Amino acid sequence: MTFRKYLVLAGVTLCAAIGDTLLARGMKQVGSVSLRGLPDIVFSILNPWVALGILFLLGFFAAYMTALSWADLTYVLPATSLGYVLLALIAKFFLHEQVTTARWLGIGLISAGVGFVTQGPALTRHPSHQDRPDAEPEPVGTRAEP
Amino acid sequence: MKHAYTWGAILAVVLASTAGDVLLSRAMKRVGDVGALWRRAGLLTVAGRILQRPSFLLGIFMMAAAFFSLLFALSWADVSLVAPASASLTFVANAVAAKVFLHERVDHRRWIAALLVAGGVVLLAA
Repeated sequence: MTFRKYLVLAGVTLCAAIGDTLLARGMKQVGSVSLRGLPDIVFSILNPWVALGILFLLGFFAAYMTALSWADLTYVLPATSLGYVLLALIAKFFLHEQVTTARWLGIGLISAGVGFVTQGPALTRHPSHQDRPDAEPEPVGTRAEP
Repeated sequence: MKHAYTWGAILAVVLASTAGDVLLSRAMKRVGDVGALWRRAGLLTVAGRILQRPSFLLGIFMMAAAFFSLLFALSWADVSLVAPASASLTFVANAVAAKVFLHERVDHRRWIAALLVAGGVVLLAA
């Protein structure tokens, strides 16, 4: 894992949390959408907060695709789940939602999960990976691969 | 009734985005390291290689389905419940799906991470 790759993972984390927050703010303005009012949900992208949220989620998507091109799905997802801590902080201070003690504890467990997965290798080495011309042989993770 | 709607929408998000994640991951593994390819052949080649993958397009479709389910859920419940609950349950479903469909080596670290996140989700929903 190079510094640049950690930056990509940070980008995945930040853009996802900010994007979700902007969407939540926008959707609260749009109001409850029923299953019968399906066209309403398409028009909800006209709300500026929803539009900005979608912009951030596009940034998230680009970073996420980049990360998936050199790391396992089961590495990228937990490694970027620190976003929930960020999400709770944003929800508390900007959206003024209630974040209870139980939710804080849940956020703590998720963060512990991030710690576990980032100790390991980022990519499963299949035989086909070595044959592929695009693959860069490079050590991943903070520990040596088994 | 509102709870049933919220959790129904969360379940839809989980199923659609797990399918999407697995398909997108498969597509990007076939494309290879995007950074290396960009430096060697340019951004257009990268975009072309990605868009040529049928699993990428199908993955996008599943992600769009997950996204609209998420919009439904967000209009009914708090973001600090909906976003972590759906995304973390997706992560647990993904650990199983990645092992079965992508043959990723899900070792004890990754399973422990899955259990910790699952526990976190239960607490977030409490």
